[in-house]
This record gives sequence, C-alpha cells and structure tokens, in this order.
Amino acid sequence: MRARDFLLRLVFIAALLSVWEALVRALDVPAYLLPTPSAIGMALVRGVTSGLYEEHIGITITETLLGFAVGTFGGLLLGTAVALSRRFDYFMYPIIVMFQAMPKVALAPLIIVWFGLGITSKVVNSGLVCFFPLMINTIVGLRSAEEDRVSLMRSLAASPLQIFWMLRVPNALPYIFAGLEIAMIFSLIGAIVGEFVGAEAGLGMLIQSMNFTMDVAGQFSVLLILSVIGLILNGVVSVIRRRALFWDPSSRQGASRVRLPAAQQQDAL
Amino acid sequence: MDGMETALTSREAIAVRHLSKRFGGAGGGVTALSDIDFAIGEGELVVVVGPSGCGKSTLLRILAGLLPQSGGEALLHGTPITGPRRDIGVVFQSPVLFPWRNVLGNAMLPVDVQRLGREKLRARAFDLLKLVGLDGFEHRYPWELSGGMQQRVALVRALIHDPALLLMDEPFGALDAMTREAMNVELQRIWMERRKTILFITHSIGEAVYLADRVLVMTPRPGRILDSLKIDLPRPRGLEVMNTEAFGAYVRRIRVSLNATGGLD
Ligand SMILES: Nc1ncnc2c1ncn2[C@@H]1O[C@H](COP(=O)(O)OP(=O)(O)OP(=O)(O)O)[C@@H](O)[C@H]1O
Ligand SMILES: [Mg+2]
Repeated sequence: MRARDFLLRLVFIAALLSVWEALVRALDVPAYLLPTPSAIGMALVRGVTSGLYEEHIGITITETLLGFAVGTFGGLLLGTAVALSRRFDYFMYPIIVMFQAMPKVALAPLIIVWFGLGITSKVVNSGLVCFFPLMINTIVGLRSAEEDRVSLMRSLAASPLQIFWMLRVPNALPYIFAGLEIAMIFSLIGAIVGEFVGAEAGLGMLIQSMNFTMDVAGQFSVLLILSVIGLILNGVVSVIRRRALFWDPSSRQGASRVRLPAAQQQDAL
Repeated sequence: MDGMETALTSREAIAVRHLSKRFGGAGGGVTALSDIDFAIGEGELVVVVGPSGCGKSTLLRILAGLLPQSGGEALLHGTPITGPRRDIGVVFQSPVLFPWRNVLGNAMLPVDVQRLGREKLRARAFDLLKLVGLDGFEHRYPWELSGGMQQRVALVRALIHDPALLLMDEPFGALDAMTREAMNVELQRIWMERRKTILFITHSIGEAVYLADRVLVMTPRPGRILDSLKIDLPRPRGLEVMNTEAFGAYVRRIRVSLNATGGLD
C-alpha cells in the first residue's frame, strides 16, 4: 500500500513536469519568461559540474546557521528572562509587541549599512528574523505549566529552582522545538533577503545576478537548491525534536504535517 | 450537632481548630470554610464527604500547606502547618503525571525533589509498584497506561518517601465504578499493611463508609463539619460489606445529615 502510494506520487510529479514541458514547447513561451523543466535540469547540472554553486551554497548555509545559532540563543535567553521576571516582562512588553508586528526583513537595508556587505550583516539579519519565534515560544512554554503540576511540585516542598528545571523547562520543550523549526526556515529567509539587498556572494546574490543576465533557468535551478537546503535544515531539527520529545503527543501521532502553534502565527518575518 | 463523636486518640496526627478560609477581598468574597474543628488520630483513616463546592479541596490544600488559612489553626503532630512539608503525601483528583518521566521516574519524583537518593529507594519503588499491581510497567510511559493505572502510579508516588500522612482528594473520582471499587479494596489493603494516617476526600457516600474508620460530613456555604460518624465494620472489608444492613444504615444516616442542609449534587 505504502509502496504503491509512493509510486503514484512519483508518477503524479512526473506528469506535472511533462505537462509543463509540453505546454511551454507548444505555446512557444520564450525562455526568459518560463524555461522548460529540462532546461532547468540542464542549468542545474551545468552549475554543479562547473563548481559555480559550491562557494555560494557554503556562504548561504554558513550565514543561515550562524544567524540561527545567535538568534535562537538570544530568543531563548530573553524569553526565559521575560517568563521568569514580572518586572522585566512589564518593561519589555511594549517593545516586544512593536517588534513582533514589524516585518523584520524590512530592516535589511539598514543592517547592510551598519554591518557592511560581508557575511556579518547577513548573520545579523537572519538572527533577527529567527529571534522572535523562539522568544515568544519560550515565554509561552515556560508559563504554560499546568496549575495541578505546580501544586504537586509545591506539595513536595520543591524549591522554585526545582520547579523550573524539573517542571517548567521540560514542559516548555514542545513549544521551544516548534519555535526552532520555524526559526530554521526563517533564518534561511533572513539570509537570502540580506543577500538580495547587498552581498558579495551567496545564493541570494547569485539569483540577483542571474536576473540581470536573464538566466531564468539558472534562477530556477538555484530555487531548487534553496528548497533542498530548507528541507534538509528543517528535517534535521524535526528529527532531533522527535527524539527529544518522544513523550509529546505531537511527536507520536504524525497526523498533521503542517503545524503552526498559535504562538508563531502572529509573528511577522 | 447531636451524635458528634470527637474521637480523640492519645496521639493526634492532625488537629484542626476553628479553621476558616475566606477567598476574595471586600464585598464579593466567598467563605469556603467556617469554624472547622476536628482531629485525626495516628494511623486513623478519616474520610470527608460532602457535596461539590463545600470546601473539601480547600481544606486539603490548607493541610498540604499549599494555601494559607484565614483564621484558626491546623497542627500536624502538634506543630502549625505553615507551608508544604516533606512528610506529607498528596494524591490529587487527577493523576498529574509528568509525560517525560516513565512510571518509575514519576514514582521517584519526591525522591528527586527531596534528594533522598534514587539508588537507596529503588527497591522500595519496585515493591510499591508491585503492591499496586504495576510490576513490569516500571519503564512504560504515562500515555501507555489506563486511567486507573495512572492513578495507582500517583498513589505509589505519594507513598515513596514514606510520609506519615496521606492526603487524598477524590483520588478515584474520575474512574469507572468497577475500577473505583478495586482501587478502594487496594487502598484498604495498603493502609492495613502500612498504617498511614489518611485523610480521604470524596463525594461518594458508599466509598466513604467502605473506607473509613470515621466519616466527617461537610456542608456547604459556609463549609462546616456537620457530623462525625464512627464506622464500626470489621476489617478487612470485602466488597460484600456494601450489601449488609449495617452498611446501609450508615449510608442512610449520612444521607439524612446531608439532606438536612441541601443534599448532594
Ligand atoms: N482560589 C479560589 N479563589 C476563590 N474562590 C475559591 C478558590 N478555590 C475555591 N474557591 C471557592 O471555595 C468554595 C469551595 O471550593 P472547593 O474547591 O474547596 O470545593 P470542593 O468541596 O472541593 O468541591 P468539589 O467536590 O467540586 O471538588 C467554592 O465555593 C469555590 O468557589
Ligand atoms: Mg474538590
């Protein structure tokens, strides 16, 4: 049953590509508007064999991972501080609300001015974008421990520190991992947008330069590479999440694949 | 108040005097408990029965040190209860297990919190799990257990650190009638084996009479102890005891007390 479904899926994708190919050829669509899948495939092979993509892939992934590390660490730290301290929460709240609604990618031009065309500006941009989903989810997660469970811990004469480590932190992990999954994708977007605005290298910069030379097939091949990178990065976080959260209902029933916890939906990129 | 028997034994595990609790501030407050007086002897199994909202959980939370009283005093072995204590075990209405800990880990929670040393208490945990019929389930996770099994884990968790006093707030309320009866039989067996002092809360009159040495009848608004009734049925009590005339008489007597003030829900 599963093997047959998988085969049907492949057939469906092949059919889709064939229709695309046939339509573009039949209607004589110019290659600078929409290339055929075969032309995209050839561009991909050419780019890979000539070693054109390697450097750019390396740079974009580096920016993404560094931005992810910096942004999520900051989000975790600040989220914890807000969740633990009412006072801190009180003063941070208006700032958080303002930044949350603001599209963070709109800061990219400023960040390029501040940090230059090198890799740093992209790391900052990507870190900024993935900071918020993590901070918000950390706050919500740390605060969501059930009242009954807190009562139980207190009835055992647990200290606040013990309640934090033995109850609040594990209880927050599903939220934090959901935040990490989103942050992973967000940080790739942040890096690419940063490269669009100004960069010396990277896949985003490559797309832009191909745009100038009207190499549309080349652009499609880079898009393909980007989605593969996105899939791999997201897949790694997902695998770690499923291992760490084997006890969480969301990891056990793989029912829905597209999941957006409420806390993230209101967050602008 | 006629028929009130103050069964004061030589050693009191719990003494409650003129205890009262008021929620909320000026104007819209609720008096949850008013002038509560009772004592529980060492090793006694006392059951509090009363309708929903009469303040049973509030009383238990005060005794567990989770909630400060508004007036009067509550003493545990002669010392006032001012906060949570390590020598009390609490079982809540729901099992309250941590899904990231397996059965053994959940049972060991008090051991971890109070740093008693897992190794030292490992054998005891296995014994207790066996006592409640959970041997072989030590490494399962809560979601792999039925509701009744989860509640038994909660019972083991309340017993693991060998507390002198067990506070139980409708621990079997969420279970079906048959599982509930089985749990009652089990609880009686554990109590007869270990002789803890137990304060057990329920709103089932049958459960109260079956388990109790003494039943305290509570009435609502404001919560008061209306009656204290000694249950003289021989132990161990089998479930057949529920069909006896003596059992029925106790049930009727409690029902009459409760009906006099608005009845059960
Ligand atoms: N935290 C609180 N704040 C305000 N009022 C409360 C609070 N907790 C309980 N009360 C009130 O105190 C009264 C007694 O509540 P309690 O939970 O002790 O009842 P109960 O006897 O345990 O009921 P049940 O059998 O339904 O569990 C109720 O009127 C309730 O509304
Ligand atoms: Mg209650």
